[in-house]
Amino acid sequence: MEKLIEQFSFGLFFWQLLLFIAVLLLLRKFAWKPILDAVEDRESGIKDALAAAENAKKEMQNVTADSERLLQEARVEREAMIKEAREMKEKIVTDAKDLAQAEADKMIKQAQLAIESEKKAAVADIKNEVATLSLEIAEKVIKEQFSDKAKQMKLVEDMIGDIKLN
Amino acid sequence: MHGFFETDILSDMQKPFYVKVLLVATLLLGINAFAQEKDHSSSEEKGSLKTEIKEFIGHHLLDSHDFTLFTLDEENNEHVGFPLPVILWDNGLKVFSSSKFHHGESVAEVDGNYYALYHGKIVKTDSEGTINYDEDHHATNVKPLDFSITKNVVFIFLVSALMLFLFARMAKSYKTSALPKGIGRLLEPIVLYIRDDIAIPNIGKKHYKKYMSYLLTVFFFIWIINLLGLTPLGVNVTNNIAVTFALAILTYLITTFTANKNYWKHIFWMPDVPVFMKIVLAPIELLGTFIKPFSLMIRLYANITAGHVVLMSILGMMFIFKNWIGSPLSFGLAFALSLLELLVAALQAYIFTMLSALYFGSAVEEHHDH
Repeated sequence: MEKLIEQFSFGLFFWQLLLFIAVLLLLRKFAWKPILDAVEDRESGIKDALAAAENAKKEMQNVTADSERLLQEARVEREAMIKEAREMKEKIVTDAKDLAQAEADKMIKQAQLAIESEKKAAVADIKNEVATLSLEIAEKVIKEQFSDKAKQMKLVEDMIGDIKLN
Repeated sequence: MHGFFETDILSDMQKPFYVKVLLVATLLLGINAFAQEKDHSSSEEKGSLKTEIKEFIGHHLLDSHDFTLFTLDEENNEHVGFPLPVILWDNGLKVFSSSKFHHGESVAEVDGNYYALYHGKIVKTDSEGTINYDEDHHATNVKPLDFSITKNVVFIFLVSALMLFLFARMAKSYKTSALPKGIGRLLEPIVLYIRDDIAIPNIGKKHYKKYMSYLLTVFFFIWIINLLGLTPLGVNVTNNIAVTFALAILTYLITTFTANKNYWKHIFWMPDVPVFMKIVLAPIELLGTFIKPFSLMIRLYANITAGHVVLMSILGMMFIFKNWIGSPLSFGLAFALSLLELLVAALQAYIFTMLSALYFGSAVEEHHDH
């Protein structure tokens, strides 16, 4: 210890203190501050960049999911549209068929009615004709009868038989 | 240690350089030519060789007023190196070149005052260079305040300049790109390590920023200067108690002046203990605040000093054993130890920084329930 104190050089102490503080101050201004700032900037830059990349990745995933969803929706919509169109087609066809059927039925009915009325008219005509004819025949027969009694009788009988057949 | 230092100190001053050259030469050549040269040495010479090695180690650990790389010829006082300025405050500023001391061989005369080197320190003396001793064999000569640019100061300057250059360049490279270029690639992980593994865990995310400059500077300063101490230039800055004291006192001052209420409360009026214990604990805690930086100072100083002493002692063994097994053995040991010292250089810087951060952390710790 005594030797240490004896060895102690005040001059060296003075220079060491002076130079060290000078170097410390100079380095702080010209080296440590810029270096540490630059390193910190770089580190925060890296951190930011990583966060940005992570965000971008997430966004990308979102976009992909969105487009996937849109595609799915479009597909579903298309399917629905196709189905609807098919249904519509079927409906139209059915409707047309029904309409045609109804029209046909109506026409048939009208025809039937026409036929019926024609038939009635024809039957009425025939009845008139028959009546006329019958009267003429009856006239003739009566004329004959008045010429031949037996024959007259027989004729009447025959004619009545004929009428019955009708 | 004093005995051999004080005998014929002025003429013995140069011997370490002589030994050093041979140490380096032996290390480089890897042969024990030098040992064979002195093969005829008697046991008496062996004793003086041991003393010489001891002295050399002692001298190596000291600061010096000139920058001597190695000695060419001790007898003719031929050295390779250069003198450094001596700055004294002795009734006015005295500045002169250390070459005036002629490596401690002569007395320097400035403005009618005479100065001599004694144990690597400048003392005031007369024209003859007389050193007066008291009964404890301590020099009683007046020691003027010495602000000389010594070898260690030169290296503190150099390391400071190097750090400014390196880190200012590194800071500049961030202006053009987010990643550092050149040396910054090597330094950035260390800077980040200090921030993420020393500052933030010990101080906390809220306060660590204001201490970062000090922690980074102190870490790189100690590390670089420790590494320089392992080079053959032979500078040992951190094994000067003055240097570690300066660093420790900065840690102490920063801790003290940034401390919050909670810190002082824990020292003077420890919460959650009986009043009697509070009174007992206060002086202990107060003493603790001084012991903490003191331990920082001693730890760094002692580790580096011990490393150098052991390393150089092992190298010195080469000259003592002087046989075929001694040199390779001591070379191998010294090599292994040098590797260890590389680790110690970084480790001590880490420990100093880590503990400083720990003390800062305790100074700004928020109050929480125990």
